[in-house]
Amino acid sequence: MGFLSFRGGVHPPHFKEATTRLKVEKAKEPAVVTIPLQQHIGAPCEPIVKVGDQVKVGQKIGETSAFVSTPVHSSVSGTVKQIARMLTPTGEAVCIVIESDGLNTVHENVIPKGDISNLSGKEILSIIKDAGIVGMGGAAFPTHVKLSPPPEKKIEEIVLNGAECEPYLTADHRLMLENPDDIIYGLKAMMKVLNVTKAYIGIEDNKPDAIESMKRAVEKESGIQVVGLHTKYPQGAEKQLIYACTKKEVPSGGLPMDVGVVVNNVGTAAAIANVIKTGMPLVERIATITGKGIKDPKNLLIKIGTPFKEIIEQCGGYNGNPGKVIMGGPMMGLAQYTDEIPAIKGTSGILVLSQEEARLPEPKPCIRCGKCVEICPAFIQPLYISAYALQNMHETAEKYNALDCIECGSCSFICPSKRPLLQSIRVSKREIIAKKRKTK
Amino acid sequence: MDNRLIVSSSPHLRADDSINRIMRDVVIALLPATLAGIYFFRMGAVKVILAAIIAAVVTEAVIQKVRKQPVTINDWSAVVTGLLLAFNIPATAPWWLPVIGSIFAIAIVKHTFGGLGHNFMNPALAARAMLLASWPVPMTNWVTPGADAVSTATPLALISGTEAAGQALPSMVDLLIGNVGGCIGETSAILLILGGVYLIFRGVITPRIPVIYISTVAVLTFVLGGGFSLQYMIYQVLAGGLMLGAFYMATDYASSPVTPKGQVIYALGCGILTSIIRLYGGYPEGVSYSILLMNVAAPLIDKYTSPRVFGEVK
Ligand code: SF4
Ligand code: SF4
Repeated sequence: MGFLSFRGGVHPPHFKEATTRLKVEKAKEPAVVTIPLQQHIGAPCEPIVKVGDQVKVGQKIGETSAFVSTPVHSSVSGTVKQIARMLTPTGEAVCIVIESDGLNTVHENVIPKGDISNLSGKEILSIIKDAGIVGMGGAAFPTHVKLSPPPEKKIEEIVLNGAECEPYLTADHRLMLENPDDIIYGLKAMMKVLNVTKAYIGIEDNKPDAIESMKRAVEKESGIQVVGLHTKYPQGAEKQLIYACTKKEVPSGGLPMDVGVVVNNVGTAAAIANVIKTGMPLVERIATITGKGIKDPKNLLIKIGTPFKEIIEQCGGYNGNPGKVIMGGPMMGLAQYTDEIPAIKGTSGILVLSQEEARLPEPKPCIRCGKCVEICPAFIQPLYISAYALQNMHETAEKYNALDCIECGSCSFICPSKRPLLQSIRVSKREIIAKKRKTK
Repeated sequence: MDNRLIVSSSPHLRADDSINRIMRDVVIALLPATLAGIYFFRMGAVKVILAAIIAAVVTEAVIQKVRKQPVTINDWSAVVTGLLLAFNIPATAPWWLPVIGSIFAIAIVKHTFGGLGHNFMNPALAARAMLLASWPVPMTNWVTPGADAVSTATPLALISGTEAAGQALPSMVDLLIGNVGGCIGETSAILLILGGVYLIFRGVITPRIPVIYISTVAVLTFVLGGGFSLQYMIYQVLAGGLMLGAFYMATDYASSPVTPKGQVIYALGCGILTSIIRLYGGYPEGVSYSILLMNVAAPLIDKYTSPRVFGEVK
């Protein structure tokens, strides 16, 4: 089989050995969970419980009428102790703190929703929305929004992302091995919502067992194709993945739906299957806890709201003094100020780097080696954009297509002068977008 | 947790590439040819090479000290410049010639334009051009390799008949291994290719510039250079510093385009200019001037070859 790919990209070391062969374990029950009312871009939820209320597993505790948003649910049964602004992995947000009674009593509304063959696309969409399902790859974008393209955009196919191109992470890999049927079930639900008959599942070729497992699962399905992808970062980036699977190029500044494609993560598909089959909304997820700074790396099924600290303790605790605690992978993950923050829907992993690994390299002058241009998957020229960004010449940066940057970090990764390219490009992007808003 | 966590913008993982590694790789790639140069031209080569490297490193250190910048001589880039300059000087040259060349390369070409990465011309080549213009006689005093060096001409001068007519052409094998008259480092084609392949293998350079440059010269000299003579073409390709120029000089990061398309145009330009100078100009070598000219054009080429952005409709 010829493996498919995109142009550009880098080959960071995989670092997946520590956890690829470890079965997903259920994490210890948290005594207290802290559930943020905002876990992604879009509108925050309003709390619909009060301090002192009794809540059950799967009970809705926050919601909003805004479209680009999803409700949040309790992951434990117990008492609401506090509702206040607190630090979360993505910044400060209002959080609901619930003390568990340890009983895990399930809420009455949590009942199986029937089979997809009996449900209409509309019904499935509202189940997905109600269950608070978001993209499980890390960005946590509300799934029902992705599944509601405007009527003039004809969707032809779904691409399911099983690339897991971030080094270290193995959560999706384990899911594809341990629960391929749920992924297919969820995918079929999405296909019904969008009324499409064609889907691809893209998986990097460094996971041959996952490709095998998914192929077996789709044997009897028509219209679903498992594609092996060349192992290269950022193979799992939306536009690059679409290109690899379908050879369609999403227009610059456009969205996947502009070429008739919707991309979702394999974890998202499994979460959809779970809510349809059991009625349980998104209250837990698989995360890879790994890195040199962790004694005993694991793939854990964690409840949303469990503190990082507790999760890390279950993995043997820190190996020496930690240098960096990152939510997500090393290429796009978010470095955290503390471990006293809760796991959220987008926590695909917790990566702890040793102090030595975390030390920031000292930037040297650009030697114009051209490597960043060579590898940029968006085909832009990071060295120039970054240079203009550093001189506050954001208009020139825009002319060099700064907005096309997908923030994959490949340029900063490859630069032999260790220049913080992406960091400066981000600044420019923010400035350009802010200015556009103003002039609108 | 009693220590403070480091918080920074992603990515949190960096390749282990560094300027030092790249420059060290260039030195490693040049070592076989350096040793061959020393073997063929004996003490003369040792003297020129040492003088050029020491002068380059000292100049860089002094300039950075005076300007109160961090001294970066341990990034090996001054060593590379010195060594490349020495490769472009005959072994018979007096010791002060490479010294002046290195000072010029580092002080004028590199540092007045802002240091590493900002030189718009290849420092070693610019210095060679300067030396050739100022001291033409010692810069072209070629000798035969070996201990009993006698005055000779370079293979290209021989084949174009401009000098020393009547002397026998060196054999193809001698040309390949470098047993011919010429500058210290430009004679052994095979060792220069070996080093070039190493650089490609290590990811320091892409094959784009050297391959296109050399093929262009091969094709043009074959077609235009006197009746489709294969022998003439091979001579043109193996002699006269083309290998040195194509693998190590034209690929200089700062003075060549960064866009892939730009690099293609640049390499084509180098090849065309070299062929024209050799075939129609009065000067048998042509490599260094072609590269210098294309260096000057590089920023312009870059400007007009911005890659098509992913998903952009033109
Ligand atoms: S990779 Fe770094 S040194 Fe090379 S051109 Fe880009 S910014 Fe400059
Ligand atoms: S410029 Fe943006 S898209 Fe290109 S490599 Fe850098 S982070 Fe990735």
